[in-house]
Amino acid sequence: MTTTTPDVHYLNHEKGFKSWFWTLDHKRLGVMYMWSVIAAFILGGIFALLVRMELMEPNGYVLENAALYGFSDKLSAADLYNHFFTLHGAIMVFLVIIPGIPAALGNFALPMMLGAKDVAYPKLNRFSYHLWLTGAIFFVMALVTKGLDTGWTFYAPYSTSHSDSAVIWATMGAFILGFSSIFTGLNMLVTIHKMRPDGMTWFKMPLFIWAIYATAVIQILATPVIGIALLMLTVERTLGVGIFDPALGGDPVLFEHIFWFYSHPAVYVMILPAMGVVSELIANFSRKPIFGYRSIAFSSVAIAIFSFIVWGHHMFVSGQSDIVNVVFSALTFSVAVPSAIKVFNWVATLYKGSISLDTPMWYALSVIWLFGIGGLTGLWLGTLGTDIHLHDTYFVVAHFHFVMVGSAIFSFIGGIFYWWPKMFGVMYSEGISKLGCAIAFIGFNMTFLPQFVAGSHGMPRRYFDYDPQFEVYNYWSSIGAMVLGVGLSIALYALVRSLMGERKPAPANPWGAVTLDWQCTSPPPPHNFDHAPPVDGPYDHELVRWNDELNGYEPVDPVDGDPNLARMGSAKTV
Amino acid sequence: MTEHAHDSHDDHHGLGHVLPVKLLAGVLGALIFLTLLTVLTGTTYLYGFDLAVALLIATTKATLVCVIFMHLKWDKGFHAFAFIGSVLFVGVFLAYTLTDTKQYQDQIRDYAADTAIDSPFAQPLPDPPADHHHAAGEEHAAGEEHAEGDEDNH
Amino acid sequence: MTTASADAHGHHGDHGHDHPEHLAHHFDTLEQQFDSCKLGMWAFLLTEVLFFSGLFVAYATLRANNPEIFSLAASFLDTKWGAINTVVLLVSSFTAAMSVRNAQLGETSKLKRNLLITLVCAGAFMCIKYVEYSHKYHVGLLPPGMEHSMFNPETPYIPHGDHTGEYLELQAHTADMTPAERVHTMTTLGRFFGVYFFLTGLHGVHVLIGMGVIGWVLMRANRGEFGPDNFTAVDLVALYWHLVDLVWIFLFPLLYLIH
Ligand code: HEM
Ligand SMILES: [Cu+2]
Repeated sequence: MTTTTPDVHYLNHEKGFKSWFWTLDHKRLGVMYMWSVIAAFILGGIFALLVRMELMEPNGYVLENAALYGFSDKLSAADLYNHFFTLHGAIMVFLVIIPGIPAALGNFALPMMLGAKDVAYPKLNRFSYHLWLTGAIFFVMALVTKGLDTGWTFYAPYSTSHSDSAVIWATMGAFILGFSSIFTGLNMLVTIHKMRPDGMTWFKMPLFIWAIYATAVIQILATPVIGIALLMLTVERTLGVGIFDPALGGDPVLFEHIFWFYSHPAVYVMILPAMGVVSELIANFSRKPIFGYRSIAFSSVAIAIFSFIVWGHHMFVSGQSDIVNVVFSALTFSVAVPSAIKVFNWVATLYKGSISLDTPMWYALSVIWLFGIGGLTGLWLGTLGTDIHLHDTYFVVAHFHFVMVGSAIFSFIGGIFYWWPKMFGVMYSEGISKLGCAIAFIGFNMTFLPQFVAGSHGMPRRYFDYDPQFEVYNYWSSIGAMVLGVGLSIALYALVRSLMGERKPAPANPWGAVTLDWQCTSPPPPHNFDHAPPVDGPYDHELVRWNDELNGYEPVDPVDGDPNLARMGSAKTV
Repeated sequence: MTEHAHDSHDDHHGLGHVLPVKLLAGVLGALIFLTLLTVLTGTTYLYGFDLAVALLIATTKATLVCVIFMHLKWDKGFHAFAFIGSVLFVGVFLAYTLTDTKQYQDQIRDYAADTAIDSPFAQPLPDPPADHHHAAGEEHAAGEEHAEGDEDNH
Repeated sequence: MTTASADAHGHHGDHGHDHPEHLAHHFDTLEQQFDSCKLGMWAFLLTEVLFFSGLFVAYATLRANNPEIFSLAASFLDTKWGAINTVVLLVSSFTAAMSVRNAQLGETSKLKRNLLITLVCAGAFMCIKYVEYSHKYHVGLLPPGMEHSMFNPETPYIPHGDHTGEYLELQAHTADMTPAERVHTMTTLGRFFGVYFFLTGLHGVHVLIGMGVIGWVLMRANRGEFGPDNFTAVDLVALYWHLVDLVWIFLFPLLYLIH
C-alpha cells in the first residue's frame, strides 16, 4: 500500500470562489488566512526593502534619486521615508504577525488537534476572516490615499493633530483588525475549553494548544484596549476631545499608557503561538516526550499574565515618572523568566533525542538561536539605566526584529512547512526548502546583528540619513536584507513548486507526530473525524512506527486495521 | 409543569437555572433603593469620602446585577473567576496610570502656565452677545457667526 | 469509515445518538453547545470591560488631578435625568432577566411582553440622552475641539439668547481667577465634556446595539422559537444587556454625582 491522496477532501469537496469565500470550514479559513498573510507579508517586505535600500548609504540611496519619483527636494524624500517605515511596521504588525500563527495555523490545526469537527463558532470564525479582509482594505486605502507617517505606534499628539497622512484609515483599519483578532481568540478559547475529546485533560493537550490558549487570553483582555486607544485617537483627531493633545490640555503620555497596555501584551500574541509551534516541532523531531511539559504549559499562562504588568518599559524616556519607571523595570524581568524556561526545556528536549533534521526542524533550531538573542537583548532594554541610552536606537530595532521576525515569523514558516503536507497532501522538496531556510537564517543574522552595534553606538531609529560612522553596519544590514529576501523567496518557491507539476503525495503522518491532527488523511476530509479519536499523551512517540510503504508513520496498534485513521494516542484504551 | 414548581431556588430546568420572580423583583427593588441612596449621598457633603461612598454603592449594585441577574451565583465558577480577573486587570491599569500621572502633573501645570497667555481664556469671559442683533462692538467672531446662523432658524 | 469516504453530508446519520434540532453539527450535545455559547459570551463581556477601561483610565487620571474642576463640571449635568435614566435601565435589566426566565419556562407570551418592555426602556433611555445632549449642544458644553464648544481654545463659542445660563455661571465663577487659573479651569472643563460625551456616547452606541439584538430576539420569540431547550439567544442577549447596565451603574455616580 502506497500513499495516495484521498478522493474527497476539504479542498475539493466543494468548488468555486463562493465555496471558499463563504466557507465555514476552519481548515479552509486557515488556508485563506495563510495566503492572505503571506500576501501582506510580501507587501510589507517590499517596504522593508525600500527602507533598507535608502539606508544603504549615509546620504541615502533610493529616495535621493528624486527625479525618478517626482520628488524634487530632500524634505519630501525624508517624508516619504517616514511613510515607508510606518507602512512597513503597521502592515507587518497588524496584518501579518498578529494573525499569522493563531489565525492561520491555529485555525487549520487546532480543531483537528482536539479531534473536533470545527471550532466552537464557525460563523464567528468566518466573520473574523472577513474582518481581516476589511481591515486590510482600510490599510490599502490609507496607502493609496495619503499614506501613513506616524510610525506603527501612532503616538499623540503627532497622530492626533499634526500628521496630514491618512491616520484615520489606518487607525480604523487597525481597530477592525483588532476585533478580528479578538474574535479569533474568543473562538479558540471556547474551542479549547469545551471541545476537547474524551480523555484529553488539560495536561494532555499538545503544547501548541496551551500556547494558543494563553494567546487567546491576551487577545480577549488586551486587544480591546488598543481598540479603545485607536478609537480615542480617531475621535480626538476629528472632534478634539482633548484627552491626548496638549494643545487642548490633554496628556500624550496617557496615550502611550493605553497604547502599550495593549501593545506589550500584543508582542506575546506574536510570540506565544510561535513558542507553541516550536514546542511541537522540537518534541516531534527529537522523537522524545518534551522535557518539562508542565513547566512549558504553565509558563505560557504565566507569560500571558505577566505581560500585562510591564508595559511601561516602552516609556522610560517618554515622560513617565521615576517611580513608575523603576517598578516597570523591575517587573520586566518577571516576564523573561517563563520565556527562558521554555528555551531551556527545548534544549533539554534535544539532549539525547533522536533528532531528524527535516525542514521544520531547521526552522525550530533557528528559532532557539534567534529567540535567545532577541530575548536576552530584551533584558538590557528592560534595565532602566541601559535603556535610557538604548531607547529609540537601532538596538531596539534589532531586538524586536529578532523576536518578531527571527522568532515569530521563522516559527510561522516552520509551522507552515510542518503542516503543509496535511494542508495540501503534498511533500515539498527538502533540498530546496532547507536551502531557503539556511539562506534566510544567514541573511537574517547579517541584517540585524550589525544593527545592535550601530544602535549601541547611538544610531537613532526612524532617521532617513545618518552619520557616516554608521555606514559599515548599515551597508551589511542592507545586503543582509536582500539575502534574507532571497532565502524567503526560495522557501516560498519550494512550497509553491510542491503544488505544481508532478505532486509528491503526503502520507497521513509524515513526521511521526502523535497529536490528533496527524490521524486523518492528508488532506483531511471535510469534517475531520466522525468521532473524536480517543487520546493519551500528545508526545508518546512509541505509539507510531515508520512504514516504508506508506512513506510515513503508522500506528503501532491500528484500529480496525486502518492505518490512516488509527488511534495512535490510545493504544491502551482500544 | 406549572410555573409554581419553578419558584424554588435551586431548581434546574433543562440547561440553566430558573430564577424565581420574587428574587428578581427583590433585586430590582434593592437596585432602585441604592440608586436613590447614591443620589442622596452624592448631593451631600461627606467629608471627602464622597467618591468612596459612591463607588461602594455602585459596586454593590454591580455585584447584585452580576450575581443574580447574570446568574453568576448558579453559573460555572470559571465565568465568575474570569470576570473578576478582568476587573482586576482594569485595576492594574488604573493603579499604574494614576500613580504615574500624579508624578508629572507639576510639569504639565508649569507648561500650561507658561503658555496660558496665548489662550483666549486668559481674559475674563466676555459677555454673551445680545440675541438677534449685531450690536456694535461685538468682538467675538464665533458668537457672531452663530447669531447669524440662528437668525435663519427664526 | 475510512477518511476518503467520509463525505460531508452523510455523517449526521451515523451518530449513536439522535441529533436534536437546535444542535449544530460540530457539537456533540446540547449541553456542550449551551456551555460553549455561555463561555463565549462571557469572554466577550471581558472584552467589553477592557474596552471601556481605556476611557475610565482617561476619566480617572483627569479627575484625580483636577477634583475641584470635576465637581464644578458635574454641576452642569442634570442629576434628575441621570437618576431617571438609571432607573429606566435597571428596570430594563430586570425585564431582561425575566425574559430569560420566561424563555426557560417556555412562556412565550410573557417572554414577548418582557422583551418589549426592555426594548421600550432602552428607547426611553436614548430619548432622555437626546434631551440631555441637545441641551449641552445649545449651551456650548461640548468637547473643546468642536466649533460650537465654549471651551474651544481657538475661537470659543459664546452662547446667546436663552442658552446663556451655564455660560454666565462660568463667567461669574472664573471672573476673579488669575489668567493661568482660568485657562486651566476652562481647558479642564473642556476635557471633562470631551470625556463625558465619549463615555456616554460609547455607552449609547452599546444601547443602540442592544436594541438591535433585543429586537432580533423579540422577532424570534414572535415566531415561537424559544423554549426549555432553546433559550440560549435570550440568555446571551440578556447578559449583554446587563453589561450595558453595569457600565451605566458606574457612569451615573462618576459623572453626575461629584461633590
Ligand atoms: C524576553 C523578554 C523581553 C523583554 C524583557 C523585552 C523588553 C523590551 C523593552 C524594554 C523594550 C523597549 C525598548 C525601548 O523602546 O527602549 C522592548 C521593545 C520591543 N520589544 Fe521586547 N522584550 C522581550 C521580548 C519581546 C518579544 C517576544 C517581542 C515580540 C515578539 C518583543 C517585541 C518588542 C517590540 C516590537 C519592541 C519595540 C516597539 C517599538 O518601540 O516600536 N519583545 N522590548
Ligand atoms: Cu514590551
